[in-house]
Amino acid sequence: MENILEVNDLKVSFNTFAGEVQAVRGVNFHVKKGETLAIVGESGSGKSVTTQSIMRLIPMPPGEIKGGEILFEGTDLVKKSDKQMEKVRGKDIAMIFQDPMTSLNPTMKIGRQIMESMIKHRKIAKTDAKKRAIELLDLVGIPKPEQRVDQYPHEFSGGMRQRAMIAVALASDPKLLIADEPTTALDVTIQAQILELLKDIQKKTNTSIIFITHDLGVVANVADRVAVMYGGKIVETGSVDEVFYNPQHPYTWGLLASMPSLDAEEGELQAIPGSPPDLTNPPKGDAFAARNSYAMKVDFEMEPPMFKVSDTHYAATWLLHEDAPKVEPPAVVRKRIEHFKEKAGER
Amino acid sequence: MLKYIGKRLLYMVLTLWVIVTVTFFLMRAAPGSPFSGEKELPPAIQANLEAYYGLDKSLFMQYVDYLISVVKWDFGPSLKYKGQSVNDLISEGFPVSFALGMEAIFLALALGVLLGAVAALRHNKWQDYTAMIIAVLGISVPSFIMASGLQYVLAIKWSVLPVARWESFAHTILPALALASTPMAFIARLTRSSMLEVIGNDYIKTAKSKGLNSTEITVRHTIRNAMMPVVSYMGPLISAILTGSFVIEKIFGIPGLGMHFVTSITNRDYSVIMGVTVFFSVLLLVSILLVDIAYSLIDPRIKLADKKGE
Repeated sequence: MENILEVNDLKVSFNTFAGEVQAVRGVNFHVKKGETLAIVGESGSGKSVTTQSIMRLIPMPPGEIKGGEILFEGTDLVKKSDKQMEKVRGKDIAMIFQDPMTSLNPTMKIGRQIMESMIKHRKIAKTDAKKRAIELLDLVGIPKPEQRVDQYPHEFSGGMRQRAMIAVALASDPKLLIADEPTTALDVTIQAQILELLKDIQKKTNTSIIFITHDLGVVANVADRVAVMYGGKIVETGSVDEVFYNPQHPYTWGLLASMPSLDAEEGELQAIPGSPPDLTNPPKGDAFAARNSYAMKVDFEMEPPMFKVSDTHYAATWLLHEDAPKVEPPAVVRKRIEHFKEKAGER
Repeated sequence: MLKYIGKRLLYMVLTLWVIVTVTFFLMRAAPGSPFSGEKELPPAIQANLEAYYGLDKSLFMQYVDYLISVVKWDFGPSLKYKGQSVNDLISEGFPVSFALGMEAIFLALALGVLLGAVAALRHNKWQDYTAMIIAVLGISVPSFIMASGLQYVLAIKWSVLPVARWESFAHTILPALALASTPMAFIARLTRSSMLEVIGNDYIKTAKSKGLNSTEITVRHTIRNAMMPVVSYMGPLISAILTGSFVIEKIFGIPGLGMHFVTSITNRDYSVIMGVTVFFSVLLLVSILLVDIAYSLIDPRIKLADKKGE
C-alpha cells in the first residue's frame, strides 16, 4: 500500500525565555492509505506537537520546525507557504481536537461550522452545503439532523459535540484525519461510541487516521500500527499485535504495566517512576534511561539506534544489541501479555 | 421574550422611583434656594414666589406633587429661566446633544473596534504599540484639552473646519471627535484584551484547521465572541454621550442639554435638576435594557426568558 504521509527526521523546537525546548527531536513515521496509526506517549512526549506540525498549526514564533520533512502525497508540507497550507488544511488533512466543549465556536450554528470548510474548499452553493451538513450529522449518528443543524453547540451534550466535531472534520472528505486525544475529555461509555464511530467512518470513506492517545486500551481498539513516543522521539513502532504481544522497549513495558484493567487480579495500579525528561536540556543517552530499571551504562552515554525486530517492528533500546544481556519483560507485563492473548483468543 | 421585556419595564419603573426619591431629598438637603441671590429678596416677594412654585407646601406634599408630575411627564416651569418649562429645555437641547452624541458613538465604536482588533491581531508588534499609545492618549488626555487642541490645529492653523457653533455638518466634526476620543480609546482597549482572550481559544484553532485564512477567522469567529465586554460598556456610554457633555458643549458653543446638568445645580433650579435627572435615568435604563437584548442576539447561550420551567 502507498504511503499517504511520510515524516522524516522531523525536529520541532519552541524558543522560550528558559531556552530552546526541543519538543520533537527527529521523528520518523509513515501512514498508509486507509490505515490507522496510533501515536502513544505520556504528556509532554511530543505527540501533539508532531501532529500539529503536520498541519502547521504550531504558533510560530515561538515554535519552529528545525529540520526534517513532512511528505504528504509526496509534497513537502514544511516548504509550503502559509497561503498554500490553507489549501491543505481542512481539505486534505483535517483534525479533531481533544475537548469538544471548547473546540466549537459557541456563537455559530453547528451547521455553519460544518459548511465552512466545504464552501471554502469545494466551492459549493450554500444550500447544497447545508444538505451535505445534514447528511454528515446523520453519518456521525446525531438524531434529527435537520433540526440539529440549526442549533448552537451549547444545545449539544459533550459526546454529541465530539460527533459534530467529527462531522466538521469530515466535511471536505479529507484523505488524512488527525484525532488528537478525541476521547480523553469524554466519559467511558461515550468514548467507546466515538471509537466505534471513527472505525465505522474509516470503513466507509477509507480515510487514513492518525490517532493520538495516552490510553493503550484505546489503541488496541482502533489502531493498525502503533508508534510509542518518549521525550520527543519514537522509541518503538510496530503493528498492534507486535507492540502488545512482543514489546521490546522498557518504556512500552512501563506503559503496558500501567494500564488500568478491570479483570487484572493485582489490586495496585503500576506507575512508571520518575518524571519526563527536561527537553530544554535533553539527556545525552537514551532519554528514558533515568527512569529505566534495566538501564545499562551505555544507555547514559549513547543514544540507541532503532533496532530491527521484524520487518515492521523496530525499537530504540540497547537491550536489543547483540552484546546486551537477555532481559525478559517484568512479570506484570508478561502476565498482561498472556491476558491479551487469551482475550484475543476468545474473540 | 415579550414577557421578559414587560418584567424589565416594571423593574425600570421601580428603579426610576428610587432615583426620583433619592434625588428629591438629596437636593432638598442641600442648603440654599433658587431665590437666594446676592441681594436678599423682601420677605413678601419671597413668600409669593414660593407660593407660586408650590414651595410653601410641606416637603412631603411637594414630593407627592413631584411624583405626579413625573408620571404625567410634565416637569413644570423652570425656576430660573422665566417663562420656560423644563420640557421645553429638554426638547430644545436634546435633539442637538443626540445628533452630536450619535456621531461620537459611531466614531468611537468604529475606530475603537478597528484599533483594538488591529492591536490584537498584531500582538506585540509595532501596530499593537501604536494602537495602544493612541488608546492611552485618548484615555489620559481630558476632553477639553483634546477639544482645544483640535480647534487650534484643524480650525485655526489649517482652517479646514469651523472652530465652533452649531450650524452645518462640518461644525459637528470637531466636537464629535473630541467627545469620542475617550470612549474610543476605552473600546480599543476592551476589544484588544477580549480578542486576545478569544484568539487563545480552541475553536480558533479549529477554524484554522479548516483552512480558513486569518481574515475569515477574525470576521467569522473572533470579533463576535470578543464583542461582549464592548456591548456592556455601550449601555452607560450611550446614555452619557447622548445627553450631552457640559465641557464639550461649552467649548464649541453648542446649544445642547449638557449645560443644564451643571448650571441647574448651582442655580438650585429644582425643577430642572429633577427633570434632567429623570430624563437621564430613563435613557440609561432603556439603553441597559437594549444592551441586554443585544447580548442575547450576539451570544445564543444567553437566554432572556424567565426561568419558570425550573
